[in-house]
Parts: sequence; C-alpha cells; structure tokens
Amino acid sequence: MTSRKITLPDAEALLQTLAEKLKPLLQPNTALVGIQSGGVWLMQRLLTMLDSTIAANQIEYGTLDVSFYRDDYAQRGLKIETRPSQITFDVEGKHIILIDDVFYTGRTTRAAMNELFDYGRPASISLVALINRGGRELPITPQITAADIVLHTNQNLQLIQNADGILSLELQTSSE
Amino acid sequence: MRMNNPQLDADGRLKHLLSIEGLPKKILNQILDTAESFVGVAEREVKKVPLLRGKTVCNLFFENSTRTRTTFEIAAKRLSADVISLNVNASSQSKGETILDTINNLIAMHADMFVVRHAQSGAAHFIAQHVPAHIHVINAGDGRHSHPTQGLLDVFTIRKYKPDLHNLRVAIVGDILHSRVARSEIHALTTLGVPEIRVIAPKTLLPTQVEKLGVHVYHDINVGLKDVDVVMMLRLQNERMNGAMLPSVQEYFKTYGLTQERLALAKPDAIVMHPGPMNRGVEIDSSVADGRQSVILPQVTYGIAIRMAVMAILAGGQAGGAQ
Repeated sequence: MTSRKITLPDAEALLQTLAEKLKPLLQPNTALVGIQSGGVWLMQRLLTMLDSTIAANQIEYGTLDVSFYRDDYAQRGLKIETRPSQITFDVEGKHIILIDDVFYTGRTTRAAMNELFDYGRPASISLVALINRGGRELPITPQITAADIVLHTNQNLQLIQNADGILSLELQTSSE
Repeated sequence: MRMNNPQLDADGRLKHLLSIEGLPKKILNQILDTAESFVGVAEREVKKVPLLRGKTVCNLFFENSTRTRTTFEIAAKRLSADVISLNVNASSQSKGETILDTINNLIAMHADMFVVRHAQSGAAHFIAQHVPAHIHVINAGDGRHSHPTQGLLDVFTIRKYKPDLHNLRVAIVGDILHSRVARSEIHALTTLGVPEIRVIAPKTLLPTQVEKLGVHVYHDINVGLKDVDVVMMLRLQNERMNGAMLPSVQEYFKTYGLTQERLALAKPDAIVMHPGPMNRGVEIDSSVADGRQSVILPQVTYGIAIRMAVMAILAGGQAGGAQ
C-alpha cells in the first residue's frame, strides 16, 4: 500500500481553479460560509481574489465551527480547540455556498447544514471543496471542486497554511 | 502531578468538575475557550445545539439556590439534554433517605450527569467517588469549600473585559470566610497567572492564614481598592453567620460597602462584579450595582456559556471512559 506514490496537486494552483469555477455562482443574495479551519482560509483568499464580484453582488460571508454538531461527539468528545461560529448576516432566504478544504465522508457537511438551519431557513445550500478525495458515506457531494482524487481509508489528506499564508496539501498514511 | 486527582481520568481529561483547586491551566483554558463558542449560541434563532441529545442531567439541590439551578437547567437544555431538577430538602431527605440511596435511585433511572449543590463541604466529591465511570458529577457549590463554575464564569467575565490577565490587579471584597466563591475565584485567578489578588475584609470574615493562598490582605477598603482593575464583591452571607462577627449590617455598609466614592479609588475603567444575589445597601450601593462599571448581569449571561462548556466537555466520548 505504502509503495504507491501519490503526487499531490499544488494547493495554490487548485485555489486559482476554484476561484474561476466559483465566480459564476456569486449572484446577489448569495452568502459564503467557510468551515473551520481550512474552509475559512480558502474563503479569506477567495474574498480577496474575487473582490470586485463580491462587492458588486454585495456577497456576505461568515464562518462555522461544526464541533457542536458532529456525529462523533459521543465517541471522541469535544476537540480541545473550538472557535466561535460567526454568522452575522440573516440566513433566511439566502443562497449559501459552503466552503470546505477536503471533501471526504460528507459528515462535516451534514454537521454544517444542521448548524446553518439553527440560524434560519436558507433558500439553498451548495458545497464547494478544494479537493474531493473520495469515500463519501452520505448522499452529499460537492457541486464544485478543483480536483478529484481517490485515496485509501488509511490516508489522511490535510490542507496546511504556512506563516506567509501559502496553502499546501499534506498526505499522512497511518500504519494499519 | 495528577496522581489520584479525582477530577481527571487516566489520560488527564476532565471527568468530574469538583473544584478549581488542582485543575491544570490547560483544562481551565479549554473550558474558557469552549465557553467562548457557546456565547454565540444564545444569540441565534435556535438557541440549542444537539450535543447532549438523549442524555439526562439531574440537578440535585440539597441546598436552595434559584439562580444557580436555573442557569444549570438552561445550560443543559441548550445542549438538548433532558433535565430533572430535584430539591432534595423537600423530598426524600426529609423522609430519611441517604444521599447515596438518592443517587443510586437516579442512576437506576439512567441519569448521565449530576449537578450537586450541598451545604456540606465535600458532598460532590463524595458522590463522584461512588458513581459508575460513565457518570459525571459537577459541583454547584459545597459548603464553604468550592463553587467551581462560579469561579470560572468570573474569570471568563474578567477575560472578556480585560483580556490581558497577566497585568491585572484584582480585589475581592467581603465575607471571604464563608465564601466558596472567593476560594474558587482565587484558585482560578492564580492558576491563570493574575499577578496581584487582594482580599479586603474585616478580620472576623477572613479565614486564618488566607495569605497562604497567595493573596494580599487589606482591612481598609479605602486602601485596598486603590488602582485595582477588577472589584469582585461578595454577598454578606447572613444565613451562614451565627455569632457576633459583625456589629450590624449598617455598620458593615459604612466600613466595607462599595459606593461610588470608593469605586473612584480604583482605576477609571475598573469593572465591578458580584456573584448574586445582591444585598443592596449592605455590600453594594444601588448606584454602583446599576452603574456604568457594573458587569453583574453579563456575569449571569456568561454563566450559562460556562456551564454549557463544562457539561459538553464532560459528556463527550472519553478515551479511557467505560461504556
């Protein structure tokens, strides 16, 4: 298993692709919501990259930390570091675009949707992910991704942000 | 360091909350940071998260306290737990049932968490030692010993208004002797690195050797309040006072009551706190309690977030936990 070498795509290049694909979705009455923490980094970059479209359509944005909605709380407990969710706009009737870094099982997305509905009733929710690594366990899939790869269940793909704000992907393989 | 600490499991995670004394800084910060996330939950359309769905929280109040019981109840409900509040004084205890029999009956009804208030120091600790491993106990005040969630909500409130704890001068004023709140506050502030804690009280209302807790003692409030950032008032505990510790309530207000004039001795941006219920005109003047520097009502609001955080941390899957 470990012998198979995977070349990881460049996260910064993927971000460019994602921005281009996202642009047509930015209509009036749309709001962006980044999921902590990778999704928030991506959202902040996208806000800068697409600033004229964002301003023209008066796109609002917020962040979610889905810790209080996770379905593995009973097994794993609360993670040590939670961040407050910040949705300061009115969710009611909005077209929400959720932004996540790596799409895997779909459980984070489910948690995010459940949390969003506690703020109000959105008109629609779509999902944008930098990369889909395969392995979904729920009837949820991203509308937009910059890349799709297939990874084994013992592999963990993570988005990393360095001190200068540069994004990269990191793959860890556990030995089981 | 954590040898035999009944509050922590083998992996150093919080299992019961019995007192702030003995809790590492890491855990205090975890509770405070988690509470930060819960503050926002109360401001939403739906003020609930599903974490404790299907769990049963038992509020066991062997001693009355409307406010504390209510805030624990609200906290548990906002976490989606089912809550039962028992005023044990009024029921089985008066019929002669022992504490452990009461507890065992509730465990047989599949309670998952106990919130315990008792007039005897050590009551929550005693219960924690006797419950099965999957059950969690929170001390909601035991005798003169400890009231950890009050201590936590107080430091949380301080941190909200004065984020740099390492540069603060805090004064605790009043009945330190009978106050489990003061004890919990002192331990929390010390653990989190507050450099100067003053206690201001007459000799009769101070525990002997209080200096050993690392605090500076003042008997004159006009000296003690000078240049402090935080004034934490305590309630004069009439019901715990037997014997002549004070000449009179009026006399107490004259010498130790917080008035606008005295508050002016503190820093201009000092905040005023009180754990409630207040005796207006005894330890605090109404104009101060309702004044610009008072953060007494925010304390109540933050108390719910703190209690949600504690319950959420306790009830989550624990690596070493049974079940």
